Amino acid sequence: MSDSEQRARFEQLVLPHLDAAYNLARWLAGNDHDAEDIAQEACMRAFRFVSGCRNPDARAWLLTIVRNAAFSWLKKNRPRSVVSIDNDEFAEIEDQSGAAGSFHSADTGTLRAALESLPLEFREALVLRELEGLSYKEIAEVAEVPVGTVMSRLARARRQLQKTLIQKEKV
Amino acid sequence: MNCTESRQLLHAQADNELDVANSLELERHLQACAVCAAEREAVQSLKKALRESPLRCNAPESLRNELRRIVLGRADRPPRSLFQSLLLWKSLAFGAAAFALLATLTRSGISGRDQFLEEAISGHVRSLMAEHLTDVTSTDQHTVKPWFNGKLDFAPTVKDFAAQGFPLVGGRLDYLNGRAVAALVYRRNKHLINVFVWPAANNAISGVQHLRGYSVISREAEGLRYCLVSDLNQQELAELAGMLER
Repeated sequence: MSDSEQRARFEQLVLPHLDAAYNLARWLAGNDHDAEDIAQEACMRAFRFVSGCRNPDARAWLLTIVRNAAFSWLKKNRPRSVVSIDNDEFAEIEDQSGAAGSFHSADTGTLRAALESLPLEFREALVLRELEGLSYKEIAEVAEVPVGTVMSRLARARRQLQKTLIQKEKV
Repeated sequence: MNCTESRQLLHAQADNELDVANSLELERHLQACAVCAAEREAVQSLKKALRESPLRCNAPESLRNELRRIVLGRADRPPRSLFQSLLLWKSLAFGAAAFALLATLTRSGISGRDQFLEEAISGHVRSLMAEHLTDVTSTDQHTVKPWFNGKLDFAPTVKDFAAQGFPLVGGRLDYLNGRAVAALVYRRNKHLINVFVWPAANNAISGVQHLRGYSVISREAEGLRYCLVSDLNQQELAELAGMLER
């Protein structure tokens, strides 16, 4: 692939999804400055490997790179934030017996804070699903987990989010 | 189906990811179980709240510019006027959609004939995405036309068709088909139209082409070649082409 072809593919396949890339980085990193660094590094990686990107999957492909860049960055800079939640799957079964209940209303600030307080993998699943509109299959690809895990993470993420919002209403 | 299963599957159903068989079974359970039914409503109101809140963070301009600078080797553009920005943002949503389509349909092997179309459409899309719609922003043809003086080896005809519903937005220099061309930008409602102008050559393609949701019309008039590119429908674009020829 020539330099100009590589640049053209980057313009056609990567740049249109820059907002999606930044949004994921922003929600994983938690602040603008680190998000910009992560998104930029991921895009540079995407540029290097753009010949391997297939057109219809360009967004999920780019988001996978962003995800990996973000997790590498977090492991290096904030190791404590990267703790897998899938190990406590058993505890969750009990947790499911009671209904989470419904919150009445939440302004954007409250929602944002509640979403930010979720564990990394829950936040990631919700952002990809609710803000980026990815299918379960695409989320599975980005997060490198089976589709069943995506479903269970989303269910648990929403339950936790509901609980947080209800607690905030009570305060 | 028990409550534990139902609590999981109702999320998949709310996300339109549940198959029919499981959906039916879930419905049966929800009719019998008020707690799970309430849970589904709670999930739906949560989804609604997330959907309706502006939680998505768009990439800052600094990142976009930095990437363009590093990867594409292009310098930052001067800041745009508010009017331009508004216009750009309206067209950006379209631009992104068009780009997705472009990306979906692009094939690696492009024939020579299509090469020109590709270039014209890329030029159009780039003008919407690259913060560089116009170098000279004016609805006044007497401002836009002289601006090209000395920048090109020909003098493009510049007319404003605001009265006919195609106001002139401005002009810029562009590069197409291996040469510097004038790009005139017109607007039709929310659609932007790029009109690329350069001296006529014998081997150029004439006619109307439709590619990936874009209309491309090539015409010749008074020794100049006009190539119109837009997501506007073909009829209205042809209307503008007709006016340019006159």
